[in-house]
Amino acid sequence: MTNLMTNKRGGIQALLQGNQAIARGALEGGVSFCAAYPGNPSSEILETLAEAATCLPIYVEWSINEKVALEAATAASFAGLRAIASMKQNGVNVASDFLTNLSLSGIKGGLVLVSCDDPGGISSTNEEDARLFATLADIPLLEPSTPVEALEMTKWAFTLSEEIQNIVLLRSVSRLSHTRSNVTLGPLPEFSASPRVDTSIQFHTFPVVPKHITRHDKLDKAKVLFEASPFNQYKGPPAPELLIISSGCASAYAEEAVDILHLSENVGVLKLATTWPIPDNLVKTHIQSCDKILFLEDVDPFIENQVKSLAADMMTELGIKQFFGKASGHAPDSGEQSPEIILRVLRDLFGINPEPQNRGYGDKKRGDTLVPPREFGFCPGCPHRSSYYAIKTALAWDGRDGFVSGDIGCYTMGIWPTGFNQVKSVHAMGAGSGLACGYGKLKRFGFDQPVVTVCGDSTFFHSGIPPLINAKFNQADMLLVILDNSATAMTGFQPHPGTGITAMGEKTDPVDIEIFCRSLNIDVSVADPYEMKQTAQAIYGLVQKKGPRVLILKRTCALVEGKERGFPYEVKVNQDLCLGEDCGCNRYCTRIFRCPGLVWDEENQKAKIDEVICVGCGVCTEVCPRQAIVKKKIS
Amino acid sequence: MPLNIIISGVGGQGNVLASQVLGGVASDNGFNVTIGETFGLSQRGGPVMSHVRLSKKKHYGPLIPPNMGHVIIGLEPLEALRIADDFANRETTFIVNSRPIFPLNVIAGDVDYPPPEKIKLLLSERAAALHWIDASDEAIKLGNPILMNMIMLGAACGLEAFPFSIDHIKNTLSSMFPPSKLEINAKALDIGLNLIS
Repeated sequence: MTNLMTNKRGGIQALLQGNQAIARGALEGGVSFCAAYPGNPSSEILETLAEAATCLPIYVEWSINEKVALEAATAASFAGLRAIASMKQNGVNVASDFLTNLSLSGIKGGLVLVSCDDPGGISSTNEEDARLFATLADIPLLEPSTPVEALEMTKWAFTLSEEIQNIVLLRSVSRLSHTRSNVTLGPLPEFSASPRVDTSIQFHTFPVVPKHITRHDKLDKAKVLFEASPFNQYKGPPAPELLIISSGCASAYAEEAVDILHLSENVGVLKLATTWPIPDNLVKTHIQSCDKILFLEDVDPFIENQVKSLAADMMTELGIKQFFGKASGHAPDSGEQSPEIILRVLRDLFGINPEPQNRGYGDKKRGDTLVPPREFGFCPGCPHRSSYYAIKTALAWDGRDGFVSGDIGCYTMGIWPTGFNQVKSVHAMGAGSGLACGYGKLKRFGFDQPVVTVCGDSTFFHSGIPPLINAKFNQADMLLVILDNSATAMTGFQPHPGTGITAMGEKTDPVDIEIFCRSLNIDVSVADPYEMKQTAQAIYGLVQKKGPRVLILKRTCALVEGKERGFPYEVKVNQDLCLGEDCGCNRYCTRIFRCPGLVWDEENQKAKIDEVICVGCGVCTEVCPRQAIVKKKIS
Repeated sequence: MPLNIIISGVGGQGNVLASQVLGGVASDNGFNVTIGETFGLSQRGGPVMSHVRLSKKKHYGPLIPPNMGHVIIGLEPLEALRIADDFANRETTFIVNSRPIFPLNVIAGDVDYPPPEKIKLLLSERAAALHWIDASDEAIKLGNPILMNMIMLGAACGLEAFPFSIDHIKNTLSSMFPPSKLEINAKALDIGLNLIS
């Protein structure tokens, strides 16, 4: 298998995912330094670059969080190299403190920030539109709509950045990041980095107001370049009845919807790819020839508001326009755009009979009314299931209505039955511990509910450490349970400081979470979550204590364990011992424990193991009151 | 109109790999390929759906418009039924693997998994043809349940609406898979084709 990513000459076709196309674009753009923190849907960008680093002279790192990633990449830029930092939309929040100052200081080598947004929150806690950071930081924004454009525009972003001497934001969305297309590769440049910081130049934000003015000048320069950008394209008649202005994947949906509804003589589609600042003259040319304008874009009315503002400024020249979009209620102002939505909007605007596309179904009841949703759950053998089971048990013993303050990672699913609904809040990386600091100081007001906060190992390094130090400083009654599965599991097993390996596969001295926590001179203990009873007892004991406490529940992610070593047991249900519905346990093992590998045998009305799914961790043997679940060591 | 193929299943079934192989085959044979993948939290047992769109003219968007699926490959019965009303039409062909993967809420007894006969009936009513095959059972016989995805692709090669032959797929596989894995995957493709003809 050849790695097409590092193909030097180009000219060949490759089937690339949007994120891979962004990575290849960075390589073709001569990137030398790449940093990121993993997060769906952005992770594959750095993974692809890390793989390329095995045979190209570039540097690639997983940083401990997005702010550090952007800062590290910026250092390379200050030294004259081209650099990229990639992250998910939530990550841009983390990096934003640096970003809004960086855009005042300016940069040297081309610097590109990639935000992969997640409209619809397919794998995120929110669906925020990171394009707003472009307006907040006064930096140019690029929005590719296909993998082909993702490659080309990432490549161009470095040139743009150097031309205006500021960082450039490139926005992808889940649908683009995870779309594959055949893309023609361009050539790779010669990699010849010679970093040097010119000490006659300073990068800072003072004096603030003149720097702010310079920042606006840079943006104006970008706008001029955007006017001539070949990435903005119009398809349709010269004077359409309706002009659609769209960006990202919505552009392709719009074009197809126009074809499906035979509206190609009535509707034009202006696909904008340079969306902040919008190229005024280009937009003006198009809205001049049309009185009705529809906006289609993912999440916020970002282009919509800019065009409306432009139209208001030019009202005497352009006349009165009618706008359709999020503000008018024609396009949804939340969730992801889809062909279905766009077809509906166009049918509505053109009064086209909503002829059912599902030809011949008639008034048949939808078949999917019978389809149960597929509840999210921890993998078979996942240590988090055992950890939450132990927490649940301990809090029940305590009896004071205790709860879990949650965080971001696989263990976020503790809000659902797979984690026994123990988690009562989830917001941002490290926020579970920050909240727990607050709960831990409520005792003086009469608060007596025990609070357990959970944090994964990667999340702990990302932003769990400051709240722990805060708890020590302010002597908060906080029990932090670190769910250490030695993996950044949710996002695809990227290495982190505890794993002893870097993004480029180099060995590194791992950070030992236990030693780190002990250095704070607080109560620290370690347990194995697979030993659910002992773990529950440990948690119960810790819940009764005061001050900051840490319990590390250490057990490798089941997917990693399965891949690297395999599990030691063959698990079976002895159906002679299982009493089924007559037991009185009310199907405790399947109803409560909810492991995908332990299922209900409809035929015999007893529990059974699904041998295709069970990994053989043996943990479920603890939950049967009849000891009907048995494990046998595989020799 | 492009040829619209959907592969629908559950995380861990090899859905994304199957769509990548299919996309590779199409690309090798001169098609513009767009594959939209919806996976999100799918590694944790959620639904995974790939929209594979093939055209000799241009690249289409990553999502298939409502009820415009030509071939729907269901790696799991419930996941085939879940998308039938949204993407199938009277000319659609379904190939469905018979082995269910029970959602946790079914395991827990909160909701019922529809009986296979009912799923078959509902799908037949919604399509031109339904091929209900025991691909997982065959994969287990072959030594690894994960080979189910290749069995399903092999089966698709037996369809009139499917533009590729087993040999097309084998050719592409040889550039995608390490040699050690080629033989068993080729065997899985053959088994799939036999299940359909």
